[in-house]
Amino acid sequence: MSNEAAIQSGAIAHEVQEQADIHHHHESFISKYIFSQDHKMIAKQYLITGMIWALIGGGMSVLFRIQLGFPEATFPWLEDIFGHWAKGGRISAEFYYSLVTMHGTILIFFVLTAGLTGTFANFLIPFQVGARDMASPFMNMLSYWIFVLASIVMLSSLFVQTGPASGGWTVYPPLSAIGDAAIGSKTGMDLWLVSMALFVVSQLLAGLNYVSTILNMRTKGMTMTRLPLTVWGIFFTAALGILSFPVLFSGFILLMFDRNLGTSFFLSDLVVNGNVLPNEGGSAILYQHLFWFLGHPEVYIIILPTMGIVSEIMSVHARKPIFGYTAMVASLFAIAVLSFLVWAHHMFVSGMNPFLGSIFVLLTLLIAVPSSIKVFNWLTTLWRGNIRFTVGMLFCIGFVSNFISGGLTGIWVGNSTIDMHVHDTYFNIAHFHIVMGVSAFMGMFAGVYHWFPKMYGRYMNNTLGYIHFWITLICAYVIFWPMHYEGFAGMPRRYYDYSNWESFKQFAELNKVISFAAIVSFLAQLMFLVNFFYSIFKGRKVTSKNPWQANTLEWTTPIHPIHGNWPGEIPEVHRWPYDYGKDGIDFIPQTEPVAPGESGDH
Amino acid sequence: MSTQIPAGYKWWTGGKSPYNVSYGKLMMWIFLMSDTFTFGGLIIAYGSIRLGHNYWPDANYVFDKFPFMGDANLPLAFVSLMTFILIMSSVTMVLAVHEGHKRNKKGVEKWLLWTILGGFLFLGCQAWEWTHLITHTHPVLIDGQIREIGATIRHNHFGPAVPGLMHDGHQVHLPGPVSFGNFFFGITGFHGFHVFTGVILNIIIYIRTLAGSFDRLGHYEMVEKVGLYWHFVDLVWVFVFLCFYLI
Repeated sequence: MSNEAAIQSGAIAHEVQEQADIHHHHESFISKYIFSQDHKMIAKQYLITGMIWALIGGGMSVLFRIQLGFPEATFPWLEDIFGHWAKGGRISAEFYYSLVTMHGTILIFFVLTAGLTGTFANFLIPFQVGARDMASPFMNMLSYWIFVLASIVMLSSLFVQTGPASGGWTVYPPLSAIGDAAIGSKTGMDLWLVSMALFVVSQLLAGLNYVSTILNMRTKGMTMTRLPLTVWGIFFTAALGILSFPVLFSGFILLMFDRNLGTSFFLSDLVVNGNVLPNEGGSAILYQHLFWFLGHPEVYIIILPTMGIVSEIMSVHARKPIFGYTAMVASLFAIAVLSFLVWAHHMFVSGMNPFLGSIFVLLTLLIAVPSSIKVFNWLTTLWRGNIRFTVGMLFCIGFVSNFISGGLTGIWVGNSTIDMHVHDTYFNIAHFHIVMGVSAFMGMFAGVYHWFPKMYGRYMNNTLGYIHFWITLICAYVIFWPMHYEGFAGMPRRYYDYSNWESFKQFAELNKVISFAAIVSFLAQLMFLVNFFYSIFKGRKVTSKNPWQANTLEWTTPIHPIHGNWPGEIPEVHRWPYDYGKDGIDFIPQTEPVAPGESGDH
Repeated sequence: MSTQIPAGYKWWTGGKSPYNVSYGKLMMWIFLMSDTFTFGGLIIAYGSIRLGHNYWPDANYVFDKFPFMGDANLPLAFVSLMTFILIMSSVTMVLAVHEGHKRNKKGVEKWLLWTILGGFLFLGCQAWEWTHLITHTHPVLIDGQIREIGATIRHNHFGPAVPGLMHDGHQVHLPGPVSFGNFFFGITGFHGFHVFTGVILNIIIYIRTLAGSFDRLGHYEMVEKVGLYWHFVDLVWVFVFLCFYLI
């Protein structure tokens, strides 16, 4: 066994167990599909749980878009489903606030953090670094099941009598700290906090595994500079999660104390319903600092893995080495470091010292440098490539398109002078939805379409994939592009109904268009889900180990990899993963020894 | 399966290794980094709120009592003892890890037991300190009336003294900043919870040592990993001690 990395006692037992599995293979249904310790199965569990959450979170956006697009209309079926939350067929204001809050929470944390990283980190790290499994498969399983626990708590908050949290996904106090502040601040808010605390634990366990697997479990010859960029992206994501979630966690602890023990960490000088509250000495802004110390790295936690995925898939399907590998890694690193130094740009309007604000402006704008390095490297990777327009590749291009569109507006809102005008308007909504919402989904879809053959030994349907891509891309722009104009006109976010404002009436028709596109886009995602589950059972079968002619190690495993990934020894690595079109050879897998007289570095 | 791991064993063969350690130890280090940020968040929150206050209680006045010493004025004496106990428990932990390297089962057992004892002693001291703060009441002037209150998360008696006003032979004070109790009980409680977790972990590895698990494994690395956690909890206390008792 070449991977002596794992020779720690527990791991030895683990490998021995695997050897036994190869010969006997009598795993029960429970140990194989439910409490599985196989990284591939855990990845699929994360993916499917993420899909369920995406369905719920996306469905919520359809509901509130119905309200925003058609504020005067009534839909009796809404009352049939939601009862008093949609009396008379109109979504109530409380319900609307719950919907936008939970939409943000679910999509950001449960789908784009756990669903996305959980899927691809678990699936790709052991495969691509050449390990039989994660460093600690047990902790990996634990991480998934704690995530499930967090999911159950969050899901149950949707069904409590007073409804789920409704103070926005950032749960700023005092709204989140005082139960009487709003009906969504009652039990729903407690469940939100419990669920998110569990979520942080799950992410911590997962992150520890990712980082130590990448650092310690690489196969022979797999130096750090030979890692595929997917692994690098996940590595920095995991590092960000490990260092930023605990700060959010400390904020949550204090918030729970404020809610349940009568402390005043975030509360001071408050009057609710005419009653003066006894709380004094706390600071609501303090919570914002603690929150955004996670909140900003969080957007990179979401986007870095997709950056890695896109780099990898793009190189494979452009049949060209990734342009500027070192620059790609360095810019990931720069983004990871800078992401910790910019959090207060979310708080320019909180009354912070303008001088301090200007420092955060500077640091924020600095992020444009590594981000543009990445964008130009993707473009130059495409440049004169022998591009194969697979569905995965299209989604990669869609990712770059959205990342540019949303990234450019990031320069605007990163400037405090402009941000003060567009803060909390639809301009912001448009900016972050394009740059981290749609982009991250694009990268995720690219990854699903690309690695589906490895996951299930079958392909997804291409025609449905192309339709899915084009509808998603067009709808994304139709939904979010007009929001820039609405935002510049000052239309604030989180309002329930704009028809009473003279200044926003002009957007009534535009809002209808946006809502229509949102519904179409949602239906396209349903089509993706149908394609996904249909293809698991009925998709075209993969007939060769390496259907995309890619260089990375996962394509050296059998079509249906066993628990332990490689039946024999783990392959040794001799080169970096991007030898495409080198010396006139289409692709040279990483396992290929360097031939005498071969050009360039390895 | 028992595997001997020779001294100087290379844990890793994948080219140039960043750390020649097992993944378990690496994980523990990374976890501690993460936990550092949790405590960092809490302590920075404490600092920012405290600096926003015009008045903050004097630690020499707040922590001036010692068990069985009545009203004797012994500022910071008890907390110094607590700190000494915790640091000594780190020393015994080092010795346990050292015996583990030599694979001396009896030695590991002995020093782990001392460490567990130190942990429990520290927790006991903290329990006494909390109890003393909460139950030991002082006269405080609230809304023009003198009331006897202890120090809890909701209120405390550590405000400035009211000149010339005495009650039952005690100086009457104004209510202290609520944030003091919030952060003191919040952060020392959170740290105490860590110590408690550490003691539980120590007990678990003590039982596993007794059962001979590590002898069968061929190494006592688990003692070292839990030791890392224990030292970390100790180190955090140094900062808590600094921020709440010394500054």
